[in-house]
Amino acid sequence: MRRLFDTGCHVVAQAVKCADVDMVAAYPITPQTSVVEEIAALTESGEMNCRFLPVEGEHSAMAACVAAAAVGARAFTATSSQGLLYMHEVLHMASGCRFPLVMVNVNRAVFAPWTLWADHSDSLAQRDTGWLQLYCASLQEVFNTILQAYYIAERVRIPVMVNMDGFILSHCRMIVEMPDQQVIDKYLQHQPNGWIADPQNPSAYACVTGADLYPGFREELFNDTKNADKTIIEAAKVYHELTGMWDGDLIDTYRCDDADTFIIAIGSMAAEARISVDLLREQGIKAGLIKIRALRPFPAAAISDVLSDGARVMVLDRNYGFGTEGGIIFAELKAALFERAAQLQIANKIMGIGGADVNYQMMADAVTSAWDFRR
Amino acid sequence: MTTAIKNLPRDEIVMAGNGACGGCPATAGLRIVGKAFGPNAICLMTPSCSVASIGLLPKSSFNYPILNICFAAAGSSAAGMEYALESMQKKGRLNGEKPLVFTWIGDGGTYDIGFQALSAAAERNDDFIHICYNNEAYSNTGVQRSGATPRFAATTTTPTGKQCDKKNLPLLMLDHHIPYLATASLAYPGDFYDKLVKAKNTKGFRYIELLAPCYTGWKFAAEDMIDISRKAVNCGAWLMFEAENGKIEFTNPTKKFVDGTATPDSPAEYLSMQGRYTSSLKGDNKEFVINSVASQIAADLQLLRQRSTC
Repeated sequence: MRRLFDTGCHVVAQAVKCADVDMVAAYPITPQTSVVEEIAALTESGEMNCRFLPVEGEHSAMAACVAAAAVGARAFTATSSQGLLYMHEVLHMASGCRFPLVMVNVNRAVFAPWTLWADHSDSLAQRDTGWLQLYCASLQEVFNTILQAYYIAERVRIPVMVNMDGFILSHCRMIVEMPDQQVIDKYLQHQPNGWIADPQNPSAYACVTGADLYPGFREELFNDTKNADKTIIEAAKVYHELTGMWDGDLIDTYRCDDADTFIIAIGSMAAEARISVDLLREQGIKAGLIKIRALRPFPAAAISDVLSDGARVMVLDRNYGFGTEGGIIFAELKAALFERAAQLQIANKIMGIGGADVNYQMMADAVTSAWDFRR
Repeated sequence: MTTAIKNLPRDEIVMAGNGACGGCPATAGLRIVGKAFGPNAICLMTPSCSVASIGLLPKSSFNYPILNICFAAAGSSAAGMEYALESMQKKGRLNGEKPLVFTWIGDGGTYDIGFQALSAAAERNDDFIHICYNNEAYSNTGVQRSGATPRFAATTTTPTGKQCDKKNLPLLMLDHHIPYLATASLAYPGDFYDKLVKAKNTKGFRYIELLAPCYTGWKFAAEDMIDISRKAVNCGAWLMFEAENGKIEFTNPTKKFVDGTATPDSPAEYLSMQGRYTSSLKGDNKEFVINSVASQIAADLQLLRQRSTC
């Protein structure tokens, strides 16, 4: 085990290096920039055995990654905000082709107006692109999740987006334990591709498909995305067996065993919300936290299992679901728990938009102002 | 010496079941590409006539591994694939010899939506061959104007004839300081073949542009496709040259026009053979249009002549 004390962006670069990636194509965008800079430095110095393709935009970054995956390479890119939006059509191609790509999205609010700071509008706008989406709350989790993402992607053949909040995680230094390279190599043995562009066996891929075959491809992706939950859990279990570290499962819970009041959050807000739970407990409120780690597939059953009948559920959204009653996670959760509508009180608070400050007190206040606990 | 057509390899990459129109210049061109590149190659295509004519999935009429990629992504996807192959070869994870990566892209994917990524790949001197089959319009969607559509040509989005000139893309690509560039015509298949072989044996970013007269878009008889190709060259509407490391060398008959040993034919016959010019050539306008095209050809030739001597 090695120990690293560095920024989130550099931790991402180290994880990519450890994952023995063959090709990285990326375009700099704040706050992801130093991921690109660090990977360029590591590949140029020879420290990282990988080719770095300095593309001229994010559409090209993802287009390079899909073509690399088409010859069986392990590819990587990282982006943020507008960059992710610019990739949009190629994200659909990547999942439709079932290429096992991994990317890191450093969450940042979207234009206009221009802003640089964190919220989840960028990745949530890609919710229906057919990518698996994982959200991290610490740099250790970012490191572990990138490695697990390759484990997952290469088995279910669906690309994985690893999300981390801009600046809050990307520019913050934390201590990260890195397993020995032999352990990682053992964990991430290359898996055979589904399809490969091979002159020995010429075939055409992703070409014109009629209504006889097209629905089948989409249905298969739909089913495989749903069933990817098992592989996400397996990836964490195997990682734990090999490294002793645990970051995994579809959700993470904190003080939920006897709770009747729950905070639900994603990303770095879920780390801060632990303190809110402690604070609420001090006030005599039986609070618990559910951190959604996998947003796609949506962990409806896992969340429902934790929520006791009569529970109060405060969903914290760092985004707006325009034209709906609140945030996107709020709408997702209500849909997922529709069958239990009579037994649950689900409320929503939108906060932290465009990097607006979010602290444990505000999250605790969201809970205490939504319900009257004096009764 | 230019390779004679009878001496071209017998290999065929275009198999039975191809869905292209009879007399399609793209398919005819791709046949020669297969003969020049041999079997160890991977082809990337963007949405275009050639992808549409491969056949419905899971069938393919092309004897190459073909990946259909996003429209704007010829330069970036080919670069990503080549980088990946190189990296995997270095790590010993590649079975067999590293295949040649090439793109087979229309003028839409080259001149217009694909230009940004293509320009970036050329600037980086990425190691693949970009071939543009230029049919001077978005033929696959039913013939709309493109950046390669010449002035006066009617398309469904320029119904009375295009008002502005086409881009000079070969020169734009040349100014990216690439190691090899060539233009080619189906009327000179041996010359096209030789240029493809030269490209194959060069390292770095290589650009070849083939004029692809599309009879449905240009509105002429299908059996005249090769004849139109030849007339385009003979009147100078299509200039034939190649450039190794930026040094332009003309190929015949363009060479003779540059040397002054021959003069280009009047474009009158070339234009009047094509229905896309009918509207522009109507009535009193005819002389103006023919003279304008002729003087544009003279200007293009002069520009290229000056460029070749510097």
